[in-house]
Amino acid sequence: MRQTIKSLAVLAVAGTAAFAAAPAVADDGPTLKAVKERGEVLCGVHQGRYGFAIADSQGKWKGLDVDFCRAVAAAVLGDSEKVKYMPLGSVQRFPALQSGEVDMLSRTTTITLTRDSALGLNFGPPTFYTGTGFMVRKSIGATKVDDLAGAAVCVFPGSTTEKNIAALFASKKMDYKPVVIESSKQLVGAYMSGRCDVLAMDQAGLPGHQQFDASNPADHMIIPGVYSKEPLGVGVRAGDDQWFDIIKWVTHVTFNAEEWGISSKNVDEMKASNDINIQRLLGVKGDLGAKLGLDKEWAYRVVKQVGNYGEIYDSNWGPPLNLERGINELWTKGGLMYGFPMK
Amino acid sequence: METKNKTDESIFYSNAFRSVAYQAVLFGLLTLLGWYLYSNVNENLARQGIATGWNFLTTSSGFDIGESVIRYDAGDTYGRALLVGFLNTLRVAVLGIVLATFLGVFMGVARVSSNWLLSTIASWYVEICRNVPVVLHVIFWGTVIHLLPAPKQAIIPFEGAFIMNRGVVMPFPVANDAYVWVGVALLVGIIGVVVLNKWAQRKRERTGEYIPTLWKGLGVLIAPPLLVWLAFGAPLVWDVPSLQGFNFKGGLQFSPELIALLVGITFYTGAFIAEIVRSGIQSVASGQIEAARALGLRPGFIMRYVTMPQALRVIVPPTTSQYLSLTKNSSLGVLIGYPDLVNIGNTTLNQTGQSVEAIAVMMMVYLSISIVISICMNIYNRVAAIKER
Amino acid sequence: MNDQATPEVVAGGSKRTAPPPIERIPVLRWVRENLVSTPFNAAVTAICLIGLIYFLPGFIEWALFDAVFVTSDHKVCRAAEGACWAVVGEKHRPMFFGVYPYEEHWRLIIAVLIYISAIVITMMPKFWSYRILVPAWIFTLVSTLTLMWGGFLGLAEVDTSQWGGLPLTMILFSGTLVIGFPLAILLALGRQSNMPAVKAVCVVFIESLRGVPLITILFVAVNVFPLFLPQGLEFDKLLRVVVGMAIFFACYEAEVIRGGLQAISKGQYEAAEALGLGYWHIMIRIILPQALRICLPGIVNHIIAAFKNTSFVLIIGLFDILTATTAVMQDPEWRRFTLEAYLCVGLVYFMFCYALSKYSQLVERWLSEGKRF
Repeated sequence: MRQTIKSLAVLAVAGTAAFAAAPAVADDGPTLKAVKERGEVLCGVHQGRYGFAIADSQGKWKGLDVDFCRAVAAAVLGDSEKVKYMPLGSVQRFPALQSGEVDMLSRTTTITLTRDSALGLNFGPPTFYTGTGFMVRKSIGATKVDDLAGAAVCVFPGSTTEKNIAALFASKKMDYKPVVIESSKQLVGAYMSGRCDVLAMDQAGLPGHQQFDASNPADHMIIPGVYSKEPLGVGVRAGDDQWFDIIKWVTHVTFNAEEWGISSKNVDEMKASNDINIQRLLGVKGDLGAKLGLDKEWAYRVVKQVGNYGEIYDSNWGPPLNLERGINELWTKGGLMYGFPMK
Repeated sequence: METKNKTDESIFYSNAFRSVAYQAVLFGLLTLLGWYLYSNVNENLARQGIATGWNFLTTSSGFDIGESVIRYDAGDTYGRALLVGFLNTLRVAVLGIVLATFLGVFMGVARVSSNWLLSTIASWYVEICRNVPVVLHVIFWGTVIHLLPAPKQAIIPFEGAFIMNRGVVMPFPVANDAYVWVGVALLVGIIGVVVLNKWAQRKRERTGEYIPTLWKGLGVLIAPPLLVWLAFGAPLVWDVPSLQGFNFKGGLQFSPELIALLVGITFYTGAFIAEIVRSGIQSVASGQIEAARALGLRPGFIMRYVTMPQALRVIVPPTTSQYLSLTKNSSLGVLIGYPDLVNIGNTTLNQTGQSVEAIAVMMMVYLSISIVISICMNIYNRVAAIKER
Repeated sequence: MNDQATPEVVAGGSKRTAPPPIERIPVLRWVRENLVSTPFNAAVTAICLIGLIYFLPGFIEWALFDAVFVTSDHKVCRAAEGACWAVVGEKHRPMFFGVYPYEEHWRLIIAVLIYISAIVITMMPKFWSYRILVPAWIFTLVSTLTLMWGGFLGLAEVDTSQWGGLPLTMILFSGTLVIGFPLAILLALGRQSNMPAVKAVCVVFIESLRGVPLITILFVAVNVFPLFLPQGLEFDKLLRVVVGMAIFFACYEAEVIRGGLQAISKGQYEAAEALGLGYWHIMIRIILPQALRICLPGIVNHIIAAFKNTSFVLIIGLFDILTATTAVMQDPEWRRFTLEAYLCVGLVYFMFCYALSKYSQLVERWLSEGKRF
């Protein structure tokens, strides 16, 4: 409502002023400025995918993607709760970002060249690595992808998965029937009701649907193996480097904090650490935040209010989903998560 | 009095001048607004580095489409994908218009029937279906069709046909060269019917003798194709669908999305057409029919030459706008996953990021369809207008 | 086919001589006159009856006898053969009120009641004056919105992003009317204008928007419109959607109002002009009140359409009653009873639209009877 009233006021002013003079726009950081004025980060999230973003019955959002929205809000506004979540369909997400409906897109979005360039997006570092996976009903007797010739496949329109399976099935010279519905819940519902033989999406999303959306989880199985590279990252509009930098470095904060053993529980004690890296990160020494247009304690708040990457991962992929970290481990433990130097 | 004096004194108070001035201001404001929006969008797209232009139409789309009336695979261009969507829209719209017309005319006639039971059923149908949003119709049927049994337990209404949650499949004749000539013969039959009607009408006008043409017309219509078909040795091989792997292969297949969309928009639009037909029939003054009956004209003749010409003049224009709205409502396919123009356009705009262009394509196509239908209807109205003699 | 017989005459004629017993029993006479008056009619009745016997018992069994009406356990529903109406009892809160905080739902109920009473008042001709309707609607809109928004007198503040369900449907509907109706009048007047440029602009605007589906207009409002604004200027999505729907509504309504304007005799314009009244004065005080009354049934029909069209926001993900129901019904335990939930939502739409359409017929009768209002 406040938004509406403000919009109306802006409309009235703009209506008179628009033709007279182009509105004054700050040279740098329009997104950061808008966010601070608004007092809220508008974050585009998935409509409902367990582990990434799901709203409970009270409308409270939870998930890995959600935690990155919260981390940015903690760094920029000082409060990880100052986020307005915009659940977006697979088709809606890019126009929503382009048109300014959201400030950041933390919505299981695969980083690809086309999206980075032609769509006018910029992507922060990958926050999650996964690949296309397939879930089937056990009763159809398929155990590998080669058994799926002629199957009806439920897939999100406009997703990388949609293109992956087109390429995969073409390479195996098998045909299939895509069933594409944008609404996340309706698509999963279509699979569960038997409209499709296969549900195809990022593999990490499948266990949640199996666990929570199937009336009997044991009737379904996830076909082993991943069939594409899907690095998921946070997207922002191109043309605002400062905001892009904030997204990028907030992500690195979570990686570095885990690597250096800083968690939401011990972050206050860690302020007393002798390690110069930790001192810099938590704002005890130097002022990294100022370079991003933020204050000294930005990174401290990210860790304090949201946690390091390991904590984020465990809180969303721990029980009951129990997803192995695999390549989402830190680089020091054989994974791909690699925090850049913060100096 | 005062105003009159003023207008004489100065051109600033003249109506003509004011009118020109208003129009100039309006025109100027619109140009300015257009220029303003255009420059904004250009600036926004450039700053964000979003691709512009129509090049995407010729690049490979990389996604598959569930059903298509023309050949299409993931290697084809976005342009062709949009064409597939357009053809799917046309397909569901044409089928919907035909079905809704039948349903609407039947229910409309049933509503004015003197049979209480029939007219009650018809008015229940009309009231329920037109007072519920078409969106709900479509997703309701989309849900119903998912509740149907799986292919292996499919409902079999007659041998070879299956109804299930994968849609409806039924046997279909295998293509044969002879069918082309059967089609030509059918065309001849249609021309024959038109000629027969003209002849009967002329004869009636000359001699006053009424020649019922219904059965004769049917004969003229059916005989040529039937004879040609027999002459070719009556070729008929049914392509009977069979369950292979997960799904049925062969035969005539209708996807569940198509059926749900079709049923939804047909029921909705049919209710409106029924109302139009009812009011059309009731608009014919009952005195006319009584007079015709008093002249000893036969009921069929009265229907054909007294009731229908007058009722149609009331029925056709609003029915056209119902056809238009049915076509536009077919875009609700996007809700249940029917690959119509909006659905494909949506995916295109997501993958290319060119929302302005993609939405412009959708709007232009629908606008063109509307304009074409409107032009056809204007021609019809000119033909059907009351001819003063 | 159905106007061949006039049974009343036959019945009346035979009554005078020797009334057969059947004529004395009203029910049987009614049956004879309405169901079996001719052989053809009898055949139609038979076909209808067969159809009803084929479908109706199964449906009634499903909907009533085998149905489960009250339970909070989905297993009870699964065990039953028939419909599971209990799903409505179980899920009606999130269906009707979305994610609005549960313990604050009473505010929404009051808001809906105020809103419905305002509509009822508006439908009565005796309240038709600017002095009553304008304050009534200002009170309605202000009171319902503040109730929903809260943030005073100890009421918790609820953000618009948590508004959903029936109240959102109402906001979309009233927003469409409040913005769309004045616009429709302007467009209709513009199309009737003597100035060619004004007329051309209105014709092009009306006809091109009537030619495209509502979905594409919503897409423009949601996806494209923000790109046409300078950087830093943003509008609420809800507002953009309402404006889009209002413009769509206005284009259809303008055509209806134009019909009303055309029905006003030229003498009225000339008489008003002769009195030296200005254009707007003539229109607002003399022409429009008459024109709007004449085309009131048409106006109401498009208002009904506008109400039904609010459900289109399902496509762009605003949480109206239909979107909320669709979302709620993905609960795996209750999913297979989605049909029952949709039927319930359908009933809500039906009641509202049916009442309005009956009202429209009533107004039509008033008009034909020449009633003054």
